Amino acid sequence: MDEITGGEALIRSLELEGVEVIFGLPGGAILPVYDPLLDSPIRHILVRHEQGAGHMAEGYAHVTGRPGVAMVTSGPGATNIVTPLCDAFMDSIPMVVITGQVPTKAIGSDAFQECDTTGITLSVTKHNFLVTSAEEIPWTIRAAFHIARTGRPGPVLVDVPKDVVDPKNPNSRMRWYWPDEVDLPGYKPTVQGHPRKIQEAAELISRSVRPVIYAGGGILKARASEALLELAELTGIPVVTTLMARGAFPDDHELALGMPGMHGNYTAVTAMQKCDLLIALGSRFDDRVTGNPATFARDAKVIHVDIDPAELGKVRTPDVPIVGDCRVVIEQLVEAIRKMGGRDCQPDRSEWMATIRDWQRRYPLRYEPSLPGEDLKPQFVIEQIRDHTPDDTIVSVGVGQHQMWASQYWRFRHPHTFVCSGGLGTMGFAIPAAIGAKVGRPDRMVWAIDGDGCFQMTAQELVTATCERIPIKVAVLNNAYLGMVRQWQELFYEERYSEVYLSPDIPDYVKWAEAMGCEAMRVETPEEVGPAIEKANEIDDRPVVVEFRVDTREKVYPMVPAGASNDDIILGPAISKGSEDHD
Amino acid sequence: MNAAQHHTLSVLVENKAGVLARVAGLFARRGFNIYSLAVAPTEDERFSRITVVVDVESAPLEQVRKQLFKLINVIEIQELAPGDSIERELLMATVRAEGAQRSQVIELTAVFGGKVLDVGHDELLVSLEDVPERVDDFEDLLRPFGIVNLQRTGRIALPKLRKVPPVRSARAASS
Ligand SMILES: Cc1ncc(C[n+]2csc(CCOP(=O)(O)OP(=O)(O)O)c2C)c(N)n1
Repeated sequence: MDEITGGEALIRSLELEGVEVIFGLPGGAILPVYDPLLDSPIRHILVRHEQGAGHMAEGYAHVTGRPGVAMVTSGPGATNIVTPLCDAFMDSIPMVVITGQVPTKAIGSDAFQECDTTGITLSVTKHNFLVTSAEEIPWTIRAAFHIARTGRPGPVLVDVPKDVVDPKNPNSRMRWYWPDEVDLPGYKPTVQGHPRKIQEAAELISRSVRPVIYAGGGILKARASEALLELAELTGIPVVTTLMARGAFPDDHELALGMPGMHGNYTAVTAMQKCDLLIALGSRFDDRVTGNPATFARDAKVIHVDIDPAELGKVRTPDVPIVGDCRVVIEQLVEAIRKMGGRDCQPDRSEWMATIRDWQRRYPLRYEPSLPGEDLKPQFVIEQIRDHTPDDTIVSVGVGQHQMWASQYWRFRHPHTFVCSGGLGTMGFAIPAAIGAKVGRPDRMVWAIDGDGCFQMTAQELVTATCERIPIKVAVLNNAYLGMVRQWQELFYEERYSEVYLSPDIPDYVKWAEAMGCEAMRVETPEEVGPAIEKANEIDDRPVVVEFRVDTREKVYPMVPAGASNDDIILGPAISKGSEDHD
Repeated sequence: MNAAQHHTLSVLVENKAGVLARVAGLFARRGFNIYSLAVAPTEDERFSRITVVVDVESAPLEQVRKQLFKLINVIEIQELAPGDSIERELLMATVRAEGAQRSQVIELTAVFGGKVLDVGHDELLVSLEDVPERVDDFEDLLRPFGIVNLQRTGRIALPKLRKVPPVRSARAASS
């Protein structure tokens, strides 16, 4: 057994966990770990702000399914990464964050750049560790990765005091070892569904005449897209995909209903309201989906499958609760339904499907195209990007109107192609997440669709992308406003626009992007849109930013106002008009 | 405390730094007041047992119980129904006891089965270990003498060894 330092042990542990890339930024407390990194094959991406490192790690995890890794220093480095930790916690993203800490003896003394990192992050991590001796490092890293990627995935933080990694300090001396397994007596996620519950669920499914599958982000986390397709096709049950599940079921499938919720399409929202059986798979009955929970899917029996027992019954008491891994449970369900006779044992659901088809025909997503000389419609821009890129393109989004339009108007055909901050709704997510996604899937085209407000929060990471030659494409939908907030003020605050106006021209997005080493374009007319996207697609040696000047007044519809019932969905002028055409 | 909302949880946790903060944090985050909390290592030094009494309705408690169980350091959670468990609490109090009061305090302590731990010129330090309700009574009766210092441990509890079968099931078994 060789004697090494804690810093070397940390890097060696990361290598053994299969880490290929770390996003981070050094500082005094973490320096002793950055030194052995120079001799490691692990790629390091130097960010410009630690928030960027965290979101990059998330983007990487979104598209690869492997934990993203970020490493930052103590104090301000650690506090800067709290937002991504919370984001990953809300969206169940596997992530491991390593933070430097002041030396063991100084902890608690308000030393320079000290903060109580484990205390601050207690409620936004799946678990966190404060390492107290060099010997603990291999075991802790092993445990951190195990916890991050198993069960309900989530972020894990490892806080490492400087002395236990510093080669000049005797506290960092240790005998190297690698644990075969981690002993965590309180941590045993349930993977298999209980056979009796599976049977009960299969029977409910084969009795219901108006069923809907409510697929959530858990489908993607469990790599259960294929299993979901099999279940839907075996039973002929239509599928809604939540914001976090976009891509989990192909949008061009005849059973696809698209996104439900506050800005979901009419059919997805209403099918859930009117169904007699809701098959919730890896979805958590978020208030953005249910609207007022008291009136949500009133007549439905509920089968709820989740790896996290705390989700079952949290919002809605299920008739059949099943704890287990989504993929495994769906496979068990498929088998049980097959045994009962598959499609042959199902009731006639043609009336239900006819009703759904009728809604789809009458209330499709629609917007008014712009008249000549008017500003671009943001929905049109998104459709154009969609139509001018390969269908396995990865899209990341910020938070706001553009995020909702992207989810509505993109057509997802592959899992893990939509990278989105759902639970926390973090402005500034799109660009760093796109960078992380491109690092994880360099073979794919990656577009970030961002709002002008969001862009200004983390755009500096484009410097990172340029320097590291990560050729992402960015569409900034410049509507000169914090658009989503403006929409709420317009609809619910009598058009009193308090503090939502951003200048359309300051900053000059083209110059800014160029200053960061990007190729940059400004697009103002519909004719320019397609060619600009084509041109952006061809540039592969640096990031590209395309600024689209879009209509300020455009709103996201349909909309269920916060706290209202899904029955009271507002269609908006374009969709209402469309439905009249049919009546 | 409203008995319908009184719940005693016995939580076995890993004996590690910060675990108590994690457990207490889950209650705090939801604005639940912890009525009493006691924690100490168990027979196995790797583990500690936390006895926590909270005053909430069952439904929210069920959610906290599930969230608690998600904590990596939590090994086991048991809800202890008052009838099925033995509860104890320890009280120590310094009580004013001058002149004639002195013997009254000593007598009261003896009646409750408590102990006089220390004697001063005009104060007594007494203790009582009993079920929480009896400890409440003792505290009430001490108060008129003048309590100078009071410390209670919060309750600890373990399940009863032999549970008396409920009447209905006993009858069902005989028929
Ligand atoms: C960090 C952060 N701050 C504030 C908000 C609240 N918020 C939600 S959407 C939004 C406006 C976003 O504006 P923009 O990026 O221009 O996108 P748009 O809605 O115009 O598409 C704001 C301020 C948030 N989600 N995140």
